[in-house]
Amino acid sequence: MTGPRTIIETVDLTKVYGMDGISVTALDHVSLRINAGEFVAIMGPSGSGKSTLMNILGCLATPTSGKYILDGEDVSGLDKVQLAAIRNRKLGYIFQSYNLLARTTALRNVVLPLLYDRTHKHPPEKWEQLGREMLEAVGLGDRMDHQPQELSGGQQQRVAIARALINDPVVIIADEPTGNLDSRSGEEIMLLLDKLHQQKATIVIVTHDPIVAAHTERTIHLKDGQIDTIVHNGKKPLPAARKEVNYATS
Amino acid sequence: MRKNKIRSLLTMLGIIIGVAAVIIMIAISAGTEATISDQITSLGTNLIFVSSAFTRMGPGASSGTELVYDDATAIADSISGVTGVVVEQDASETVKTGAISLDSISITGASPDFQTVRAITVASGRFFTDEDVSSKKKVVVLGSKLATELFGTTDPVGQTILVSTTRLTVIGVLDAKGTVGEVDYDTRAYIPISVMLDKFARTPFSRIKGDTIRMVFVQVDPKANMDNVILQIQILLAKRHNVTVASNSFTITTQQDIIKTQESTTSAFRSLLAWVAGVSLIVGGIGIMNIMLVSVTERTREIGVRQSIGATPADIRWQFLTEALLMSLVGGLIGAAVGIGGAWVFGLASSMRTVIVPSSILLAFGSAAAVGAFFGFYPANQAAQLDPIDALRHE
Repeated sequence: MTGPRTIIETVDLTKVYGMDGISVTALDHVSLRINAGEFVAIMGPSGSGKSTLMNILGCLATPTSGKYILDGEDVSGLDKVQLAAIRNRKLGYIFQSYNLLARTTALRNVVLPLLYDRTHKHPPEKWEQLGREMLEAVGLGDRMDHQPQELSGGQQQRVAIARALINDPVVIIADEPTGNLDSRSGEEIMLLLDKLHQQKATIVIVTHDPIVAAHTERTIHLKDGQIDTIVHNGKKPLPAARKEVNYATS
Repeated sequence: MRKNKIRSLLTMLGIIIGVAAVIIMIAISAGTEATISDQITSLGTNLIFVSSAFTRMGPGASSGTELVYDDATAIADSISGVTGVVVEQDASETVKTGAISLDSISITGASPDFQTVRAITVASGRFFTDEDVSSKKKVVVLGSKLATELFGTTDPVGQTILVSTTRLTVIGVLDAKGTVGEVDYDTRAYIPISVMLDKFARTPFSRIKGDTIRMVFVQVDPKANMDNVILQIQILLAKRHNVTVASNSFTITTQQDIIKTQESTTSAFRSLLAWVAGVSLIVGGIGIMNIMLVSVTERTREIGVRQSIGATPADIRWQFLTEALLMSLVGGLIGAAVGIGGAWVFGLASSMRTVIVPSSILLAFGSAAAVGAFFGFYPANQAAQLDPIDALRHE
């Protein structure tokens, strides 16, 4: 084998929702591949299937048909308990609304995934140290014992990133990570993700914001449950035409 | 749960009441059992109480069916299987000696068999005899506490006391016996029944043998047939008073009957408390279920987050079940404290004796935990079955 390791591979991924006898195809034979160390954005108007794709890639849902191979393991047919274990070991999430536990310190929020790690990769006595390292890595070394309500939005999202990183996931899935933030805090979060990317993290970001997508290497545009276009951003700014289309439809 | 202390406390109220009721209920049962067993050890189960079925006394009372002193003698003399007969009559008088004067002291007039029938032992001196009774000797035996109150450390035997206007010579002091079935044996004075009837009882005549008496205590040989003895007494009394046995002129009660009555009163009370306990525990359980369902709804987002970072349905179920259990156990703890306190206060405030049984606390705790687990399971299961995507999208 040559070239980088494949982290995400989907083959004809299809998701059909049945509602009141009418079936809606949210994802229609989506095949894509994301390699280790890639920074990818998924964009698309509402109803394009990007949320469904994100949920399946994030192992929160299973496809109706097709295959999803995550880090060499076919996860398309796993049950709830097995999926929970995959989420714990291989995935890190960053949500739009941070989703930290209220009345729980930043440190305790960060180490929460370790609580559900059945492989016991880290012994409990190491948790605190590990959590501190993660918080220091996101620049919150002085906010360990603060509760979410005592932190700004940007700081809360940093705690969420530290939480996503603690189990050393193969891919980080970010759902509109800057959606609730002002542009300055949003930019700081994106710079942090850039930094993680430089450190060889694989990141998939779902967004409708072209500025966010511009930070990535590749943008996958979805339309009506299918891949419309894949744009390689490189370090170049986003093509003007694409930008307009996205504004108009999102 | 921390943020809603009042909500949790109100939820736990049912459990608290239920657990307290269980403990109090068992304390009352144990108290009753202790009282009965005390009575059995001090009186024995082979005791028969004979009384006149008519309670009318004094002039104008129907003659012929009143129990008289002679009846007691006749029972003692002519019925086989009877080991002792006691005639008792109580009065309340002022007792004086030297400078000490005590009001409302209970005086028990009894026949000498009183000592054996009631299993009383003499600490110093002697109890009165048949001869004391027949010769109406003005003697008195003191209960241990009364002796101390009247004479302090000096030996009372040989001293005299003034009961109302009658001077009596102390011939003995009893060993401490304590309170048995509401009668405090230690604070009383005991005198021959003849002296009681002669000097204190409110009868217009001083003829001992014909004097009306309220009750006769008959001690039966444990080996004798109780029913047979009762029948013989009925026949004897009917014959002596010229009535038929069927007229039921005399009431004959056994110690067993009295214990049964006592048990039935407390068992009524006990079953009431058992109902209170059961209903409170169920209501408490429903309360816990309700609050847990509210909690699951309020924390749906949190459940989604936990699921997204790897919590399995079992993890979520266990988390909520633990909270329900914790709530019911804290309720159980408070309930146990309330129950112990309640049983103690109840024992002080009512005539019923209460004994706190340690195992009842365990039982109460166990039922609280069972209620928590049972009623916590449904909400916990609801939480466990949430779809992570729906849970994350909640609000």
